[in-house]
Amino acid sequence: MAELTIIEAIRAAIQGEMERDERVMVLGLDVGRLGGVFRTTDGMIEKFGRSRVFDTPLAEASIVGSAIGLAISGMIPVAEIQFLGFTHQAFHQMGDQLGRFRYRSRGRYPLPITVRAPMGGGTKTPEFHPDAIEAQFVQSPAIKIAVPSNPYDAKGLLIEAIRDPDPVLFIEPERLYRKGRAEVPDDDYRVPFGKARIVREGDDLTLIGWSAAVEVCEQSAAKLAEQGIQAEVIDLRTLVPLDVETLVTSVTKTGHCVVVHEAPLSAGFGAEVVATLQQEAFYALDAPIARVASFDTPYPPASLETAWLPSVGRVVSAALRTVKA
Amino acid sequence: MADQDGVYQVLQPSGKLKAGAKPALDDEFVLEGLRWMLLSRAFDAKATALQRQGKFGVFSPVLGQEAAVVGSALAFDPRIDWLVPQYRELPAYLIWGLPLRNHILTLSGNPVAGRIPDDVKLLPTQVALAAQLPHAVGIAWGLQIQGREGAVLTYFGEGASSEGDFHEACNLAGVVKAPIVFFLQNNQWAISTPRAYQSAAAHFSDRAAGYGFEGRVVDGNDLLAVYEVTREAVERARRGDGPTLIEAVTYRMSFHNTTDNPSRYQPPEELEEARLLDPIERVEAYLRERGLWSVEREKEMKQAAAEEIEAAIAEAQKAPPPQPSQIFDNVFAELTPRQAAQRDEMLGRSGDDG
Repeated sequence: MAELTIIEAIRAAIQGEMERDERVMVLGLDVGRLGGVFRTTDGMIEKFGRSRVFDTPLAEASIVGSAIGLAISGMIPVAEIQFLGFTHQAFHQMGDQLGRFRYRSRGRYPLPITVRAPMGGGTKTPEFHPDAIEAQFVQSPAIKIAVPSNPYDAKGLLIEAIRDPDPVLFIEPERLYRKGRAEVPDDDYRVPFGKARIVREGDDLTLIGWSAAVEVCEQSAAKLAEQGIQAEVIDLRTLVPLDVETLVTSVTKTGHCVVVHEAPLSAGFGAEVVATLQQEAFYALDAPIARVASFDTPYPPASLETAWLPSVGRVVSAALRTVKA
Repeated sequence: MADQDGVYQVLQPSGKLKAGAKPALDDEFVLEGLRWMLLSRAFDAKATALQRQGKFGVFSPVLGQEAAVVGSALAFDPRIDWLVPQYRELPAYLIWGLPLRNHILTLSGNPVAGRIPDDVKLLPTQVALAAQLPHAVGIAWGLQIQGREGAVLTYFGEGASSEGDFHEACNLAGVVKAPIVFFLQNNQWAISTPRAYQSAAAHFSDRAAGYGFEGRVVDGNDLLAVYEVTREAVERARRGDGPTLIEAVTYRMSFHNTTDNPSRYQPPEELEEARLLDPIERVEAYLRERGLWSVEREKEMKQAAAEEIEAAIAEAQKAPPPQPSQIFDNVFAELTPRQAAQRDEMLGRSGDDG
């Protein structure tokens, strides 16, 4: 068991899968000699060669589009899009193509493809790099979406994604890539999709987050504990499939809930979580569910992003309003 | 459509060989090509009629482009090669081994029964224009990585070549030297938008130079020329010498699809001119000259095509109709709990949304 960062955990997952199955290949911008702009594929081109670790032309639609053909030919592609915001350049190849081939072909062409991309702000990157647009893919109903928040889940969910017979959008928390280490088993293990993780137990309030927002929830829970409020923190791990049961069980226990995400508020995935909970746990609720999200504006200049992103302060105030309602 | 424009031609519109031209197809093969062309045209007429009666969905005829589709498809080996279609290339799907019955089922709203058989290396038709091109490149590239034999034929039109996917796909194919033939059918119309509005380039095939591979422009109404140029491109792909972009200059002699009304935009004299260049009549004239085509022979072949279509329609009618529960089939290998609950709710079983 080694202590790994999220980057190292992701690298371990890809490398292990490439060693295990020679059909697994990596393609994307700068994934070869450079090892990816975040070094997630560091050392792989030396080990597996250019045909399996391929620096593509700078063109996102053909990264995803050719991955579809590669999969049909018998490969298991792991495509990297440098930042989730740039998946817009490939959007028509994702929802309309990647997510529909099994369906359109009536099962003839399943697509075992993983598309990886980092998401989220807080690192003062230029425009588009930090955009949290995960909810836009939830409306493409045949793509699974994993949103890990820590090294253990990053490795286990990525192995699960690569072995999944269907397309998975694997969204990585950029801000947390190298922030801290955690114990990660050396051998391979799978974290199943659709099972949320209870990060911290508590009876007074449920805080729900995914990706880097889980860290904000954890820090908020620590602050709330200082005021005697015990928050339960839940990390969704995957948006599709969604673990409704764990959410309902927690909210039934606490009666209060705040959902936190980095995407702008309106029609963010938090809206889906809230709508689901009001349907499934309405009578357990003691107060309306609150959402803490980014504002409904374009992503602001980097110098202003901390005022825009959901912060511990905003989550704590929302939690206090909810609990005291 | 003459050599001085750089458009390759073997058969003149009269059906006579161009001076010095030697057909690469033997007579039997030309007859086989004509058989596919006649079947395609007969199916266009039948399918249009059935669409008007509400029995088929929206349908895009091949009419006028039969030589381009049949000539290119016959240059491949469907046992090892892949076909990545747009949607206006029926005879190619049949040449690849798709039963006509399956195509009819798909057109009549029963895609479940119309599924592409496992041994047919054909992708489903693609409604998003040019979106299939990166897929085609990926297949060709994947065959290359795995050291497997086989090349890829992909179809699209001059309109679709304005899409970004065309550029990205050609560019990647050139970089990896993918064994692929990009077959552009320039039928002069993208619904109502004329060819000149799509590109200022003299020929669409000129763009190949920008991607570092071969581009050829061919008379798309000339079965022999199309076959020959495509055959060369297939051989190039098999040798490992990379992609080819072929522009087949042809003409859409019918509507874009059954919802379209070309009389709103198409100059009637242009259509009249195009009819003089009919690709089927050209092959018939060529064969007649060689003593291989007669009124009786034509009657026989058309009769056989009509019977094949009627038999396929009858077969299709025997297929079980689609069921609402099939809405949830083949979404994922396994439905998510939420999808399963929605299916159960639709089917009136117990279960809430969620």
